[in-house]
Amino acid sequence: MTSFDPSLAISAALLVLMIAAALAVVRTTNLFAVAILSAVYSLLCAVWFVVMDAIDVAFTEAAVGAGISTVLYLGALVHTGDRARRLGFMRLLGGAAAALLFGLAFILLVPFTPVFGDPQSPANTQVGLEYVHSTPVDIAVPNVVTAVLASYRGLDTFGEAAVIFTAGIAVVAILPRHRRRKKDAEDAA
Amino acid sequence: MNVDLADLAARINNIAVVGLMMAGLFITFASGHLVKRLIGLSIFQTAIFVFFITMGKVTGGTAPILLPDERTPIYSNPLPSVLILTAIVVSVATLAVGLAIVVRIKEAYGSAETDDVAAADIALDADAQT
Amino acid sequence: MTEARHLVLRISVKILTPLIVLFALYVQTHGEYGPGGGFQAGVLLASAVVAYGLVFGPAAATRLAPPVAAGVLAALGIVLYAATGAISPFIGGSFLDHDGIAEALQIQPTTGQHIGIVLVEWGVFFTVAGSMIAIFYAFMASPADEQTEDFDSDESEEAH
Repeated sequence: MTSFDPSLAISAALLVLMIAAALAVVRTTNLFAVAILSAVYSLLCAVWFVVMDAIDVAFTEAAVGAGISTVLYLGALVHTGDRARRLGFMRLLGGAAAALLFGLAFILLVPFTPVFGDPQSPANTQVGLEYVHSTPVDIAVPNVVTAVLASYRGLDTFGEAAVIFTAGIAVVAILPRHRRRKKDAEDAA
Repeated sequence: MNVDLADLAARINNIAVVGLMMAGLFITFASGHLVKRLIGLSIFQTAIFVFFITMGKVTGGTAPILLPDERTPIYSNPLPSVLILTAIVVSVATLAVGLAIVVRIKEAYGSAETDDVAAADIALDADAQT
Repeated sequence: MTEARHLVLRISVKILTPLIVLFALYVQTHGEYGPGGGFQAGVLLASAVVAYGLVFGPAAATRLAPPVAAGVLAALGIVLYAATGAISPFIGGSFLDHDGIAEALQIQPTTGQHIGIVLVEWGVFFTVAGSMIAIFYAFMASPADEQTEDFDSDESEEAH
């Protein structure tokens, strides 16, 4: 192999750890432990993103996946209880069948995917790397990711911001305000 | 079908993505607890993020933040980063909506296990018919 | 009672909260030059409120960042983003094409792009921070009953 990339070895090691964390989530029935395991998984994922040169993504994953998501899981678990039932045999069978069928279909497709780090792959020969060359001319901002995010593809980002805003409204609308109602009831009594 | 080992080694990330997807899918299908199902979904989602970012890596590349001087190193592809960056934040927003619905289901049915919710629904239907 | 038990936690969060806010603003204002930007900074700002709220209770966090302000901030972000995009169509450009800003102000196109990016990033920052804080409050405000009493007693303790 002429073009062995050392980052491939680091990436493989991190991915093995991520799969281990995912399998630990499968086995665990204490949901508080599951929430913490998913934070571990997210942090590993963030480290992996750094190895893959996607530092903006790593930053986001570390803040969102390991931070806010975990808080939301814990906030929900306070209400729903932290014990999941052990898996019944039928559930185990159904889940395994679905996962294995899906896995088989996708593993057969793997030989047709681009190899790691290939500069000639479809993803890297189209518009993506063009942005690296056009950003200094058009926008003159060092961080190409920010330039694409806020200028070239500003409309996408506008949609994403709208989705986040809508989700915020939805959560506030769905969750009841027990506190006030309960207090009012006590005042009335 | 003859399998070339070096060929597979160069695609090891894509194989790992399939493994992560299977783990996420299994959790989503097999778990009875709704919160655990959402965690499974987010593992599945992360597998897709991993797949996108793998595609954007260029051998010998560096992060797509342009250097101030005349040097022009190889840069990795910034486009997958942009797509996944927004997708991560949107995923936590949708996760919050999902968890809020789970909390409401728990309040309405007294349980967040799908089996109990289904049983309560069947009982309710039977009551309505009699 | 709780104050004695979580002394280390309380003091470290008290020190860390302003630092996290400062770091969020740093990430926000240097988003064009290094890793970071509106999304990350927004989440960081929200996490400062989350940390404060988890340790001192929602009542204290609400005094730091009122829920109404969170909602207004989120809406303001979307409006700022849309308004930035709406400058260009007036000149005859297309929506969110920041070259229109340069044309309107009679400046270099790259400067116009820079202004557009900064405004858009602030819009994203407000939206993400506001929405995340609102979501956090929504999850904290409908707790199991025993927690409700905890929060209320916290409030009355501090009132004395």
